Amino acid sequence: MIRYALQRFLGAIPTLLILIGLAFIMIRLAPGGPFDAEKQLLPEIEANLRAAYHLDEPIYQQFGRYIYGLLQGDFGPSFQYRDHTVTELIMSGFPVSLRLGGFAMLLALIVGVSLGTLAAFRQNTATDYTVMGAAMTGISIPNFVMAPLMILVFAVYLKWLPAGGLGDGSIRNLVLPVIALALPQIAYVSRLTRGSMIEVLRSNFIRTARAQGLPMRTVIIQHALKPALLPVISYIGPATAAIITGSVVIEQIFGVPGLGRYFVQGALNRDYTLVMGVVVFYGVLIIAFNFLVDLLYGWLDPRVKY
Amino acid sequence: MSDPTRIPAAESPEQFPEGRSLWSDALQVLLQNRAAMAALIILSIISLLVMIAPFLSPYSYDFTDWDRVSEGPSLATGHIFGTDALGRDLFVRTLYGGRISLMVGLVATTVSLVIGISYGAVAGYLGGKIDHVMMRIVDILYALPFMFLVILLMVLFGRNIFLIFIAIGAINWLDMARIVRGQTLSLKNTEFVEAARAGGVSTARIIRRHIIPNLLGVVVVYVTLTIPQVILVESFLSFLGLGVQEPMTSWGALVNEGAQEMENAPWMLIFPALFLALTLFCFNFVGDGLRDALDPRDRSR
Amino acid sequence: MTDTLLRIADLNVSFSTNDGDVHAVKNLNFEVSAKETLGIVGESGSGKSQTVLALMGLLADNGRAQGSSIFEGRELLGLPTSELNQIRGSRISMIFQDPMTSLNPFIKIGRQMSFVLTGHQGLSRRDALRQCKQMLDAVHIPEAQRRLDMYPHELSGGMRQRVMIASALLCQPALLIADEPTTALDVTVQAQILQLMRELREEFDTAIILITHDLGVVAGLCDRVMVMRNGECRESGSIDQIFYQPQDEYTRELLAAVPRLDFEQPQPQDTTQMPVPTKKDDRVILLQVDSLQVFFDIPGPGIFSASQTLKAVDGVSFGLVPGETLGVVGESGCGKSTLARGILRLVNVTGGRVCMLGNDLGVMSDAALKAARSDMQIIFQDPFASLNPRMTVRDIVAEPLQTHQPGMGSDAVFGKVAAMLERVGLERAHMNRYPHEFSGGQCQRIGIARALIVEPRLILCDEPVSALDVSIQGQIVELLIELQASFDLSLIFIAHDLAVVQHISHRVMVMYLGRVVEVADKHALYTNPQHPYTRALIEAVPIPDPQLERRRLNRGLEGDIPSPLNPPSGCAFRTRCRYAKDRCARERPQLRMSGETAVACHMAGEI
Repeated sequence: MIRYALQRFLGAIPTLLILIGLAFIMIRLAPGGPFDAEKQLLPEIEANLRAAYHLDEPIYQQFGRYIYGLLQGDFGPSFQYRDHTVTELIMSGFPVSLRLGGFAMLLALIVGVSLGTLAAFRQNTATDYTVMGAAMTGISIPNFVMAPLMILVFAVYLKWLPAGGLGDGSIRNLVLPVIALALPQIAYVSRLTRGSMIEVLRSNFIRTARAQGLPMRTVIIQHALKPALLPVISYIGPATAAIITGSVVIEQIFGVPGLGRYFVQGALNRDYTLVMGVVVFYGVLIIAFNFLVDLLYGWLDPRVKY
Repeated sequence: MSDPTRIPAAESPEQFPEGRSLWSDALQVLLQNRAAMAALIILSIISLLVMIAPFLSPYSYDFTDWDRVSEGPSLATGHIFGTDALGRDLFVRTLYGGRISLMVGLVATTVSLVIGISYGAVAGYLGGKIDHVMMRIVDILYALPFMFLVILLMVLFGRNIFLIFIAIGAINWLDMARIVRGQTLSLKNTEFVEAARAGGVSTARIIRRHIIPNLLGVVVVYVTLTIPQVILVESFLSFLGLGVQEPMTSWGALVNEGAQEMENAPWMLIFPALFLALTLFCFNFVGDGLRDALDPRDRSR
Repeated sequence: MTDTLLRIADLNVSFSTNDGDVHAVKNLNFEVSAKETLGIVGESGSGKSQTVLALMGLLADNGRAQGSSIFEGRELLGLPTSELNQIRGSRISMIFQDPMTSLNPFIKIGRQMSFVLTGHQGLSRRDALRQCKQMLDAVHIPEAQRRLDMYPHELSGGMRQRVMIASALLCQPALLIADEPTTALDVTVQAQILQLMRELREEFDTAIILITHDLGVVAGLCDRVMVMRNGECRESGSIDQIFYQPQDEYTRELLAAVPRLDFEQPQPQDTTQMPVPTKKDDRVILLQVDSLQVFFDIPGPGIFSASQTLKAVDGVSFGLVPGETLGVVGESGCGKSTLARGILRLVNVTGGRVCMLGNDLGVMSDAALKAARSDMQIIFQDPFASLNPRMTVRDIVAEPLQTHQPGMGSDAVFGKVAAMLERVGLERAHMNRYPHEFSGGQCQRIGIARALIVEPRLILCDEPVSALDVSIQGQIVELLIELQASFDLSLIFIAHDLAVVQHISHRVMVMYLGRVVEVADKHALYTNPQHPYTRALIEAVPIPDPQLERRRLNRGLEGDIPSPLNPPSGCAFRTRCRYAKDRCARERPQLRMSGETAVACHMAGEI
C-alpha cells in the first residue's frame, strides 16, 4: 500500500513536469507579451520590467527558476495584479471555487446515485423512462445554456434567488451556480449507476443471494450496492475535471470571484504567471484526486491489489 | 433469394440462402428503436437546413439591418427568429453557426479517430513493453487539465478554426486510443485470431479481416458519442469568446451573445440554445441506440 | 417412497421473446421424497434448469410458470416473495454451476455465509460466524477459521463450490438443489465434490435434486433419475432401471454417449476401426518434440516489483508417427493447452525443438513456416470463440485455403468448402450463414472443416469437446476418428479427462504442472497405470454403472493443483501424493521406463 502510494507519487512527477513544460512553452511561444496592453513603454522601462520578471533570461533558466519557486510553494508574482503574488490570488479564489465545486460534486453523487438506482429497480417502467429522459436532457444541455436560462427564470422572472455575485456570502447565492454546475454530472452519474446496477442485478451472485432467501433489502444493500458503485467511483476523477472546467463558465456567468474567473481573465490579459499558477494548481488537484479515487477503489474492490 | 426456407437446387453458391450477419441483426434492432430513429431524422433535417441555409433567407449572415436592431421573431419582416443587437438575422446566423458546430464535430472527431485508432491498435497489437510505454504516456496525458491548455492555446495563438479542430481532436483521441487498445488486446487473444495465425494467415490480413470488423461496432458507437462531446467543447470555447471570430459564428458564440441580452431579447438565447441542445440530444440518442443494437451487453461506460 | 417432500404437477414454463413464446418445460410431473436423491438429466435446452428455477421463483423476468409445485404441503408457485424467502435458503437451498461467479467477489466468505443465518434464524453476527466455521469444517475446508476472512477470488474453484455447499446447508434444508455443480470443475475436483455430497446427504438427511447433462455423474449418487428432453420427461425410474433396463430410445443414446473407462475388454471398435500404427522405427516420424519449454514472464504488481516466471511447459518431449493419436491429459493449469500453442508457435518458445518431418520449426524462415503451417492445424475448445462472428461460414472455412493456395479460383475454393462442410456433417446450404446461427456442436464441426480444408497431416485438438454436452461429445469424437482414417491424420487430442481420450487415442501422455509424468500405450496406461497421479485421474472418472460406482470408495485425489508460479520442490505432485517420501521433496524424478510405460516417479514399479 505504502509502496503503491510512493509509486503513484513518483508517477505524478513526470505528469506535472509535462504539464508545466507544455504550459510554459506555449506561453513563451505565443505572440504578444504581458506588457503589450499598456501604452507604448519606453524601451528602457520595458527592459527594466523584463529584467525584473526575469524575462530576459534564457527560457530553460526561467523554467528552472519557476520550478524552484514552485517547490517552495511560490507561484511567482502576478503580471497584472502588481500588488499580489499568484499564490495570494489562488488562495483568495480557491476557497470560493472549492465551495462551489464541492457542493456540486456532493449533489451530483447523492442525487445521481439515488436516481440511477431507482431507475434500475424500476427498469422499463415509466419511472425509468422519466429519469433516463431527464438524464439525457441534462447531458445534452450544456451548463452555459442552463445557467442563463435558470437566471432568467428564477432570478429575473420569479425573483426567488439572486442572479449573481456572492452578495452577503449566504448560501442563497450559491444555490443557482451549484445546481447549474451539478446538473450535467447528475445526469452522467445516474446513467452510470443505472447501467452498472442493472448489470450487477443480473449477475450470478445476486441469483445466489436470492436463492438463499435473503430479503430484497439485504440483497440490494449488502450484495449489490458496492459492486454497482465501482464505475461511479472511477467516474469521480473525470467528474472532478469536468466540474473544475464547468466552474470556469459558471463563475463567469454568475460573477462568482473564484479561480475559474481569475483563469479566464488572466488568459485574456496574458498574465503568464497567474495562468500558469492556476493550470499547475488544478493539475496537482486533479492528480491528487485521481490518486484518492484509486485508493478508494482498491479499498472497495478486494480483487484489486496494490 | 426469394424464400429463405427453400434451398434452391442450383449449385452456384450465390443462390444459397443469406445468413443474418451481426450487422443486419443490429440494423433490425436499431430500426425498431423509435427514439433513435426519430433522433436520426431530426439530425438529418438539421444537417440539411444547415447546408442549404443561404437559400432559405433573403438575409446574409453578416448583413446588418440597422432599422431592425434586437427585434423579436416576426414573419412579416422575414426575420423569423428575430435579429441580434446588430440587426443581423438570427435564423441565418443560427444555421451558419450550426455549420461551424457540426463541422467542428465531424472534423475534430475524425482527427481523434485517426490518432486514437492508430495509436490504440498499434499498442494493443504489438503488446508487451511497447504497449506498456505507450499506455503510460496516455496515462500521463490523461491527468493533464486539457481544457485549460486548450483555452490557453486559443488565447495565445488567436482564434483559429483549424487550431480548434486540432486542439479538440488532441483531447479526445486519448479515450479512443484506450478503447481501441483494450478491444484489440482482447481480440488478439481470441481463438479465431489464433486459428488464423495457426493457419498461416498474414498479420495484415488478420488485422483487416479479423480485428477491424470486430472493432468497428465499438468505434461506430464511440464516434456517435464523441461528436456531441466535441460540439460541446467548441461551444464552450465560443461561449468564453475564444472560438470562431466575428462575423462568423457558432452555436456557442450565439448562446453567449444571447445570454448577455436575455433580459430584453430572450429569443437570442432561446433559438441557438434550442438548436444546440436538440442536436446534442439527438446524437446522444443515436449513440445510445447504436450501442444497444451493436453491443447489448456492454452498457457500462 | 411414502414421505413426499416435493410434488411437481403439470408444470409449464414459458418465456415470451421477440420471436414469440418459447415453451421451456411442458407438462412436467415428478416427486421427490424426503432424504431421496433425484437426478435430472438432459442436454442443454432440455428445460432441466428452468424447472428448478421456476420452483425457486428465480425465473428470468420474461419467464412464466404454471401448474403446481407443492413443497412440504405449501404451493410454491405464485407465493409472494416475502413468504418464498422464508423457504428458500432455509428449507430448500440451491447451488449453481459456476462457483467462480456465484459467490459475491466483494464480500468476505464468512460474512456472505452469515447473511443466511442472520436472515433466517436471527442469529447474532458472532454466533452466525461460529456456525459458518463449523459448516466449513463439515465440507472439509482446511483452515476454516482463516477462510472466513478471505474473499472468493483467493480460493480455488473446488474450494468455492465447497463454500457454496456449506452456505446451502447452513439452515439444514430438507431439499438441496444442485444445478450442474461439477460441470465447470476438473474431473478430480468433480470426484471430490460428488464424494462430499454423498457424505453430507447422510449427515444432514437432506433430499437432493442433482441436475446434470452427464449420466455418469448421477450413477454413484442418485436413487432415482428423470431424463428430460425438449422440456418433457422422457423416462424416469430408479437408478438401476435407468442404467440397466432403459426403456426410452433417448435414454439409451445418452447412456451410450457417456465416456467410460473400460479396463477389462478392449472395445470392439478398437481393433476394427483403429489399427494401431506400426512401430515407430520403420515409419517416418511426423512430429518430434524435444524438451520443449514455454515460460511466461508474469509482471509483478507494480513497476518496480520483479516479474515472476511461470513455467507453463517445462521440458516436454515426444514423437508422433503418421496416423497416430496422442492423448494429452491433465487438470487445468497443467500446461497442456500451452503445449499445443508452443508446438504451433502461437506462443514464443523458451527452449527445446519442434520438428515437423525432420525440419526444425524454430529455425525456419517465415515463408517456410507459413508453408509448414498448412500441415498442422488446430481445433479449439470454445466452438463459438474460435469462429469470427462477423464472417460467413464459407469465408471462415475458405480462409486457410486462400492463404495456402492463393492461386485457386473462387469457384474451386467454394466447391471444396461445400464438399468439406458435407464431409463434417453440415449442409452446403449453410455456407452463407454466420456462426451465431449454429449450435455448439455444429460450430465445432465448422472448426473441424476449417482445420481439414488444407488437408493437413496433423491436427491439434485442444479440448475440442469439453464445452459440449456429453451426447454431442461422442458425435464429435466419432467424426474425428472417422476423418482420421480417411485423411490419414495424426492427432494430438487434449482433454482434462482420461475417459474422453481413451476411445480415440493410441498413446496417452499425462501432464502435471508443465511436465510429463507418464506416457504409455493406451492399453498399458489404463490397465496398469504407474504414476500415482494417473491412478488418481482414473479413479476420478465416474463409472456409468450404479452398482460398481457405489462400491468404489476411494476417490483418489485430495486438494488442488498448486500454483504453477510456485511449484513444489522435487516432484511437483508430492503435495497431493499419498506415497510421497522425503526423497520426493529433494529430487525431481526423471521420466524412465517401467515396463512398457515411461513414468516420472521415484517409486514407479514399487507401488
